[in-house]
Amino acid sequence: MHPIVKLVSQRFALGLLLLFGASAMIFGLTEALPGDAAQAVLGQSATPESLANLREEMGLDRPALTRYFEWLGGILQGDLGQSLTNKLDIAESIGNRLGNTLFLAFWAAIVSVPLAIFLGLLAVRYRNRWPDKLISAVTLTTISIPEFLIGYVLVYFVAVKLGMFSPLAMINDSMSLGQKLNAIALPVIVLTMVVLAHMMRMTRAAILNVMQSAYIETAELKGLTNFTIIYRHALPNAIAPIVNVVMLNLAYLVVGVVVVEVVFVYPGMGQYLVDHVTKRDVPVVLACGVIFAAIYIGLNMLADIVAILANPRLRHPK
Amino acid sequence: MNEQLDFMARRVTAGKMTRREFMGKAAALGVSAAVASSIFAQAARASEPKRGGVVKLGSVGGESTNSLDPATYASQVPYHNGNQFGDTLVNVAPDGTIENRLAESVEASADAKVWTFKIRQGVEFHNGKTMTPEDVLKTMQRHSNEESKSGALGIMKGIESMKTDGEYFQVTLTDANADLPYLMADYHLIIQPDGGMDDPGAGIGTGPYKMEVNEPGVRHVYSKFANYWGDDGYFDGVEILAINDATARTAALQSGQVHIINRVEPKVAGLLSRAPNVTVHSTPGRGHYVFIMHVDKAPFDNNDLRMALKHAINREDMVEKILRGYGSVGNDMPINAAYPLFDETIPQRTYDAAKAMEYYKASGHDGSPIELRTSDVAFPGAVDAAALFQQTAAAAGIPLEIKREPGDGYWSEVWNVQPFCASYWGGRPVQDQMYSTAYLSTADWNDTKFKNADFDAMLLEARAELDPAKRKEIYSQMGQIVRDTGGLICPMFNDFVDATSNLLTGWETDPNGELMSGHVTRKMWFA
Repeated sequence: MHPIVKLVSQRFALGLLLLFGASAMIFGLTEALPGDAAQAVLGQSATPESLANLREEMGLDRPALTRYFEWLGGILQGDLGQSLTNKLDIAESIGNRLGNTLFLAFWAAIVSVPLAIFLGLLAVRYRNRWPDKLISAVTLTTISIPEFLIGYVLVYFVAVKLGMFSPLAMINDSMSLGQKLNAIALPVIVLTMVVLAHMMRMTRAAILNVMQSAYIETAELKGLTNFTIIYRHALPNAIAPIVNVVMLNLAYLVVGVVVVEVVFVYPGMGQYLVDHVTKRDVPVVLACGVIFAAIYIGLNMLADIVAILANPRLRHPK
Repeated sequence: MNEQLDFMARRVTAGKMTRREFMGKAAALGVSAAVASSIFAQAARASEPKRGGVVKLGSVGGESTNSLDPATYASQVPYHNGNQFGDTLVNVAPDGTIENRLAESVEASADAKVWTFKIRQGVEFHNGKTMTPEDVLKTMQRHSNEESKSGALGIMKGIESMKTDGEYFQVTLTDANADLPYLMADYHLIIQPDGGMDDPGAGIGTGPYKMEVNEPGVRHVYSKFANYWGDDGYFDGVEILAINDATARTAALQSGQVHIINRVEPKVAGLLSRAPNVTVHSTPGRGHYVFIMHVDKAPFDNNDLRMALKHAINREDMVEKILRGYGSVGNDMPINAAYPLFDETIPQRTYDAAKAMEYYKASGHDGSPIELRTSDVAFPGAVDAAALFQQTAAAAGIPLEIKREPGDGYWSEVWNVQPFCASYWGGRPVQDQMYSTAYLSTADWNDTKFKNADFDAMLLEARAELDPAKRKEIYSQMGQIVRDTGGLICPMFNDFVDATSNLLTGWETDPNGELMSGHVTRKMWFA
């Protein structure tokens, strides 16, 4: 078997095992939280009878292990089950929310990844001169400010004062693509500001590392322009660490944006997950957790594969 | 003079001035009756509701776990959903009287034990079926039977039997209750086809708006129901958006994305009221923020200590700092002037360090710190309020130790379990219900563990009493018993603070709940 195929299948199997572990851990942790779905739903107005009634209706009176294996059996057959609290089909609700999350992440990535890499290249080209310092200063500032604050500042000045873009990023199916893009403009700007610095700095560092090599000196000596050297010779050799950090940030754009979702009232997965954690709605929390874990594991695997493919020595083993 | 006339005309248009008031004031300005009358007519015409437009309401308290099943309503978005698609038998009107909705008339037997509701004929559900007394009966059964998990289960307890008789629905109570119609106005008791037995979360009722889109935690879309039985409900459509973040809610209103928001934070209400095109409405309600002591657990089983703590809290300061003036001081009983039959003459308790110290010494407490549990979820500003309490108590020589609890599990692990903690009450439409919910010896939610046989007897006596003057006298005594011997420290009653766009008109003050007791989309219209 080709070593790459072997490696990918190994990683895939390991990923599945990790997912299984993650689901068990999430289930264990939600069980360990004080209170259960019945208590969370009834809140301050719970009485012993109504609690007992609701527990029985939700099936919470059965042992935890039984419930976990039932859930596991369901998911292996592609059935995510029903939400405990509102009885809606989980697959359907998540499908909608996941689509929204991916939509936002996609547009944030489209803007931020090329921008970050371009700024990184620019910073290397003008290393230690004012463009480099300016880029670093601005991106490091935006990553250091909490994202909700950037969000609120943008909402106040851009949406309320200037009247551009909507302060609410509530998208729905009846909107056209243009309307949707207009609605998510502000969150995309915030997310770009948040992830830019990490990717930009990593690109800069990785390329600077390569720039010490002998072949760069050769390229300089044969008279290539600075930017061509960086673009043609340094970037391809620095691709592995860059892809790694890009993937980490993409994963963040999918699973870590709950704060931005709250500020802009975006109907994504983060808010959906938080609501159900508060209500101890275990099947939904499990489903979301497994999806998030799968995205993380998948993107990391992709980063590894790209790193291997980008390296001729790994691509053509002896 | 013209400016003043203009101002008065605007008040008439906004429905805030009657013809009698207007004519009287116009005469005082020297305007002839004929002229004043024509100005009034013009202004009043402008206040005729106009139909049309889609109104958007941004509300706190929407989670993706919400259901449209009225039995499960526990937060604001579901509450407003119910008000779009559903109707109850009766409503509590803004002036505290009973207003008929799906019931055409309500009659009680002389002993207030048997209540008969005449059910309105020809009312259509959104699924095309005609509403019958049978549907009413099934609805009430679903909220009161043994498997019920309804939020209204507690208030349905005193019912002995229910039946239908032609176009009548009859309730027989185990004990007399002069306030039964108020219980039937509870927002959980929306009449559903077949009582919602087969599909409780279908969102089908008899209300002015028909459910179109149901995305819990995101948005709920309604369109005007063509065959609605009533006159109100002036919009073509209603969209309810779940906007839990307070800043996002205010920004959405300011930028015109929504027309109505609830729960304006007191600290931004002043600023928001200065914004153009927006009106902030502050409505005194019955909700109150409390510190509760279990009167059956040491050291709170000593009334001198309880009195010491009651005198050691600065109520005015809390209204000022925690509610930013959007509220009023409490008097250590759960009742205020927003309730019918409230006795205004009960003296107001104030902060008195010397008296507190006296009571504290008399209690013989050993001087060890008294643990007060609080949390962000207890009420907005509960942690700060506890700190203020700690300072004023320290000035009276009473050491309080604040224990900050996590919000998760506060209602199951701390409230009603620990002997001294911060909490809130949403209030009830009538005194009887408030006292039976939390102060009767046998009440499920007796969160101060207050048990007083005389008090219980008086509660039952007042409940069966149909003479308002006598009831008021009994309620006054009961209030004073709670105030002087109970475990409740009630520093403040909070206002409902809502805001609407100036594109809308028709707001009226309704102490029964936020956003005109949930009727904002029925009673307001686009000017």
